[in-house]
Amino acid sequence: MRVLLGVAGSEESMRALESTVERAVEAGDDLTIAVIEKDDMAQSPDDVADEARTVAERHGLDVDVRYLEGDPGASLVDTAEREGFDELAIGGGTESPMGKIRLGPVTEFVLLNATTSVRLVR
Amino acid sequence: MTGNRAYPDDATSGFPTPPRSFADREDREIRIDAIDESHLDAVAEMYVAFDPADRAQGIPPAGEERVYDWLDTIFEEGLNVAAFHGDDVAGHATLVPDEAHGEPGEHAYELAIFVLQAYQRAGIGRELLETLLGHGASEDVDRVWLTVERWNSAAVSLYRDVGFETCGSESFELEMSLVLDTDQ
Repeated sequence: MRVLLGVAGSEESMRALESTVERAVEAGDDLTIAVIEKDDMAQSPDDVADEARTVAERHGLDVDVRYLEGDPGASLVDTAEREGFDELAIGGGTESPMGKIRLGPVTEFVLLNATTSVRLVR
Repeated sequence: MTGNRAYPDDATSGFPTPPRSFADREDREIRIDAIDESHLDAVAEMYVAFDPADRAQGIPPAGEERVYDWLDTIFEEGLNVAAFHGDDVAGHATLVPDEAHGEPGEHAYELAIFVLQAYQRAGIGRELLETLLGHGASEDVDRVWLTVERWNSAAVSLYRDVGFETCGSESFELEMSLVLDTDQ
């Protein structure tokens, strides 16, 4: 399966990175990692890309890492559809102090607009 | 995320403080009181019996072990009130600080409220909510926020009714906030 994973450097997306890479190894998925741009990014896009390559290498997985510019939700959905990916994977939310799961605007956009299946990684 | 949340300009006052007693719409005698760790088992019992269909954003978690893990954090850091019918817990409401350390006035508190299915639609939720806010104000909590699913119009209008204002609606959940008058 061809999987496109969107990461932005948050704790949420780093968890998704680890889990999706592990799953790609098990399932033999062809994984592309897209570094998306968000206003409140904790790390630079280059740092996020480096971390993605490091995690993939650690699991012995060959991945294509690339940068997506513009609106993160829109660029992910557009890329997945245009390039015929089978699945789009993203982080599945953060937790509030109370422990409530919270989905952000990028997740909402992807869920409502993607024509591929979407994997939310908790 | 929490640093730039918008709050209403005016503080809300006049919330009742625990303990309180009243008859609910089913004429059951309900007592609301502030609670601590000594009530953890009774509260856990309510959550273990909770209908999964009434979960909101992943809480309460499923299964006794996860309920206890979740409640441990809430009781350690938060302020809690419960509605009792006899010895049974009919509902629970909590304020959990954004940060685990510091004084109440230094940070905002997230609010959540749960009423067991058999006790819903009897006016207990509103009493619990108001009493929790009164308890919070008396403990110097000044900023309170919550998230609620957009479709839950009954909850949204209850929160609006006691003084919460919508401060974020960019995602699946509405975010609402309120300022408590702590000088009462």
